[in-house]
Amino acid sequence: MIQHLLANYEEAAAIILFAVGFSTLLFHRNLIKKLIGMNIMDTGTFLLLASMGYIRGRKAPIVENGVREVSAYINPVPAGLVLTGIVVSVSVTAIMLSLSVRLYKRYHTLDLDDIYVLSKHEKEDR
Amino acid sequence: MSVIWNFPLFTVVLSLFSGVLCMMLPARRARNYTIAYESVLIVMVSCVLGYTIRTGKAFTYPMGEFPAPWGNEIRAGVLEALIALLFLIVLLCSVLAGYRFLRKDIDESKQNLYFSLLNLMTAALMAMAWTNDVFTGYVFLEILTLTSCGILIVREIGRTTLAAVRYMIMNLVGSGLFLLGLVLLYDISGHLLMVPMRESLARVAADPSSIPVLSLSVGILTIGLGIKSGMFPFHFWMPDTYGWATPTSASVLSSLVSKAYLFLLFKIYLRAIGIDVLRQTPILKILFILGICGMVIGSVSAMRASTINQMVAFSSAAQIGYIYMGIGLGTFAGFNAALFQIFAHAATKSLLFLTTPCLAEVSGDSLKFRELQGSARKDNLAGFFFTAGSLSMIGIPIFAGFAAKLMFGQAAIMTSAPYKILLVMIALAVSSVLNAMYFIRTLIRIYSDPADASKSPWKNRYHVDKSRVGYIAAGLILTAGNIFLGMFSWVVSDLIYRGLGMFL
Repeated sequence: MIQHLLANYEEAAAIILFAVGFSTLLFHRNLIKKLIGMNIMDTGTFLLLASMGYIRGRKAPIVENGVREVSAYINPVPAGLVLTGIVVSVSVTAIMLSLSVRLYKRYHTLDLDDIYVLSKHEKEDR
Repeated sequence: MSVIWNFPLFTVVLSLFSGVLCMMLPARRARNYTIAYESVLIVMVSCVLGYTIRTGKAFTYPMGEFPAPWGNEIRAGVLEALIALLFLIVLLCSVLAGYRFLRKDIDESKQNLYFSLLNLMTAALMAMAWTNDVFTGYVFLEILTLTSCGILIVREIGRTTLAAVRYMIMNLVGSGLFLLGLVLLYDISGHLLMVPMRESLARVAADPSSIPVLSLSVGILTIGLGIKSGMFPFHFWMPDTYGWATPTSASVLSSLVSKAYLFLLFKIYLRAIGIDVLRQTPILKILFILGICGMVIGSVSAMRASTINQMVAFSSAAQIGYIYMGIGLGTFAGFNAALFQIFAHAATKSLLFLTTPCLAEVSGDSLKFRELQGSARKDNLAGFFFTAGSLSMIGIPIFAGFAAKLMFGQAAIMTSAPYKILLVMIALAVSSVLNAMYFIRTLIRIYSDPADASKSPWKNRYHVDKSRVGYIAAGLILTAGNIFLGMFSWVVSDLIYRGLGMFL
């Protein structure tokens, strides 16, 4: 078991990162900490993707010195997926931060449980 | 290549373009433009549907210069076209009916941005219907999440912001799991296009030792989409989300957004993983049990709701349970029933969510049951539409809900597994009785004598002004769609079967 984990240490680290981020996002009450958790979770997935595409001894997929053999380069697709994932993650973080600001301005706290209690006492139409 | 082959891509590109354009238009023009361009999209998608039915074949449209299995593809078959058509019709009805409330709920300077978001959401819905690539599915799934959050927070009150945050958190958890599952499947198969992935996974699954890893990957992906679509036990975000949104948003979120996630799940199951591989994992059995639990517990929660929107939202959780139960049956009849339920539920739930604000309007703007007494007698049309939706939810013949329940029963019998038949029949009976209890209770309340009859005479009962024309048209379209699905269920069911056949 330990041997397998050591042999695949990048994947193991990625899954640990994902689990840390996932539990922070799900169980922490503070909105900013939740957001940090989401980013850690995404980073774990990106690390998994990047490690998947990497082939030891090969170069980044940019043609150099006219070498066009596929065997000279690593798989470029996971790197493309990671870039796309980063764009998505940044957009989601921006939206969540703007929501957090809006909630803080209204309730003066970032604790989600406190916000929930405060919002229950508000009288709003419908 | 026929010109129709370009239409699926046009629907996505035109929606993206419209999203940007609406940012620059004044509110009323943005609304009129949205209605006009969505009508154009309906015509385009109808052409695609007609073409695929006539030719009896699906077509794939390569994106960019790289061919399969490396490049990206769009694929259009009968099922994709049917789902896209459903999305567009319900979206159009929601815009038509909800505009009156939109003007109340949103500052006029921001109304065009609402339509902008709605158009970007249309792009995401169309892309998710047509895509043949799982990672493209993920990207548009995130766009759908962001735009859903946008149309939720646009009503600037504290409760919607809180509901949006909770909705986003649950959706982010779901997206994270979905992406992880997708990455693991890519790691195993080496492909992102659906058909090459299925072929590769079939080769991998031939070795029994690979089944636990496959089950884990598919399981993570399923939980991700389950959370996003409101599967039991992840349905608790629904009442706040649907209950506090502006009516158009509530209708779109409950009828379309959750269904888009479910349709993506269908596509991944049947086209990217393959039914044979799926049957080797325990996923279908787990979905079957969770679906049945959702049917019962969603209905029990609906009975305890304090507002009419919360009740309808919990009822959505129960209806989504039906869909997961159908998937869990693991047969084509089960998938057919589950897909039919997507149509029935979208037509019914949008009708209900667009009607409850009208009932509230004549009850002092309150959605609480106590205040709604007699509301249907003050607004007869809203009462009629709510009754039609309720009867469909209960499962009264001639309405869509009945046909869906009948299909689930038939699908269960066709499995020939006694425990499945028994469980499905009991769940259908219990759920229908519970549905009847809370919907009939609501109908009795809204048709009772108003508590404040002396204060607000019924002079407004047949009140039809210009601003209600859109609402009436949308209500009539959705009610007619509901009855069509109920009385001519075989037409839609036959098309779904054809679409499923093209999936393989």
